[in-house]
Amino acid sequence: MSLNYNELMNPIARDIKPSGIRKFFDLAGSMEDVISLSIGEPDFKTPWHIREAGIRNLNEGRTAYTPNAGLVPLRNSIASYMSRRFGLTYDPNGEIIVTVGGSEGIDVAMRTLLRPGDEVLIPEPCFVCYAPLAQMTGAVPVALPTYEKDAFRLTPDTLRAAITPKTKLLILSYPNNPTGAIMTKADYEAIAEVLRGTDIFVIADEIYIELCYAKEPLVSFASIEGMQERTIVVNGFSKAYAMTGWRMGYLCGPKELVRPALKLHQFGIMSAPTTSQLAAIEALEHGDEDVKMMREKYNMRRKFLLRTFRELNVPCFEPLGAFYVFPNFSRFGLSSEEFCRRFLEEEKVAMVPGSAFGESGEGFARVSYAYSMEHLQIAMDRLKRFISRLEG
Amino acid sequence: MNEKEKILHYLEQNARLTAKNIADALDMEESAVAEIIAAAEKDGTIRGYHALVNWDKTDREHTCAVIEIKIHIRHGEGFEEVAKRICAYEEVQDLYLMSGGYDLMVVIEGKTLRDVARFVGEKLAVIDGVTGTATHFVLTKYKDKGVMMDLSSEDHRLMSEI
Repeated sequence: MSLNYNELMNPIARDIKPSGIRKFFDLAGSMEDVISLSIGEPDFKTPWHIREAGIRNLNEGRTAYTPNAGLVPLRNSIASYMSRRFGLTYDPNGEIIVTVGGSEGIDVAMRTLLRPGDEVLIPEPCFVCYAPLAQMTGAVPVALPTYEKDAFRLTPDTLRAAITPKTKLLILSYPNNPTGAIMTKADYEAIAEVLRGTDIFVIADEIYIELCYAKEPLVSFASIEGMQERTIVVNGFSKAYAMTGWRMGYLCGPKELVRPALKLHQFGIMSAPTTSQLAAIEALEHGDEDVKMMREKYNMRRKFLLRTFRELNVPCFEPLGAFYVFPNFSRFGLSSEEFCRRFLEEEKVAMVPGSAFGESGEGFARVSYAYSMEHLQIAMDRLKRFISRLEG
Repeated sequence: MNEKEKILHYLEQNARLTAKNIADALDMEESAVAEIIAAAEKDGTIRGYHALVNWDKTDREHTCAVIEIKIHIRHGEGFEEVAKRICAYEEVQDLYLMSGGYDLMVVIEGKTLRDVARFVGEKLAVIDGVTGTATHFVLTKYKDKGVMMDLSSEDHRLMSEI
């Protein structure tokens, strides 16, 4: 072998830490009869009428590229959703890009905004893509810890203390993966107050925004006064409509930012998959009832898990969004990785250690409820057994 | 759907859900859900709670057939009288009055082909008013009450990312 790959390749790509839970999954994968609580995607299949829209359009031979920014009718549907749901106005022609999942939207938004040396504030625990994507631009991720006592919301004090002259971007990812935390309008107002008068941009990853179990529907961060001009909203179809495999997301923002972002998307992706875009129109136009039905079922499971943790004396703040609960297992005196490893080895149930989502997740575990009630019941029975053994 | 219909819908999908579970989903009080269920049981809206069994996974011999029946209605009688007589046989799983080319459709389960044949020949065909039958044997049951019999369709997710 003559090429010294390690020396020759981009050192940033080389040095990016692999996702912290890979080895955990490898361990779970090597065991038989493991039941999982670890999957971060809906257990529902895409509603049939949405699948059918994809099939019908394939049958009709609609297999060509779409415009770079996405089909005009889809951008129109997105604009009307943003308006009816959040009172936000986005011009379908210039302020919206249809992306390959929310992930591409996050990547493109970061590459549009960030320069080497810029600091990116990332509230943790959080989904694992933000720091590596920021690093690829040469920017520096800065973790903002959030705490159980604050229901894992970002507080204005934490934000204020982290801002430096180099701060370029704040990531807001609520409802949150892995904690299930939400930010209410009042919480966002307090964050906005810190940002007013600064030049800090915001990427609001609102992929879980339809999965909220609070009485009041959630607001988009961009709808807080003065925030739309500095915010790129990323949303998509994966979680709300159970469309993970279709890879359908979008970003909305000021045209001054969306114009350069569109160049990155155009040269990197060309256009998002056509079949998926056509199905996404059906989802936005006729999918409200499906979302409601799935939300009800998630809520049933969420409340069941919270009740069970309460019975087991495992503290768990009430998460009001996404499909995760984030119980606190620290009273058992094990690290979250150790707790999850032993639970997996002894009871064959897989959860994700909270530490995989940032240091502030230590002591917790992410429990996904994208599973049937029967499945969750079995898992909780095993947890009861495990805990009573630990308490011995 | 109103509240009662939603509750029925949940139970139809999974009869083991508790009133508490359904109350959680619908943001109702457990007692309110329990009352609606009790009333539905009482007035016959809910007719039972059964396990959906895939007998093909067992050693038990069984055969299922769908039988189309043509009826000649006698003066002063309706389909209902004939239907009641057919329902009385315990082999009869389901019985429907149909529109179209025949009148009643029976789903029957027996141990063997011969059991089914005997039922048609000795019990069904001799009922007053039955003028003809056509028996179709079920070869494979793929889906029942909205549930796939094949377990491999259970969890379609391939990837367990973060």
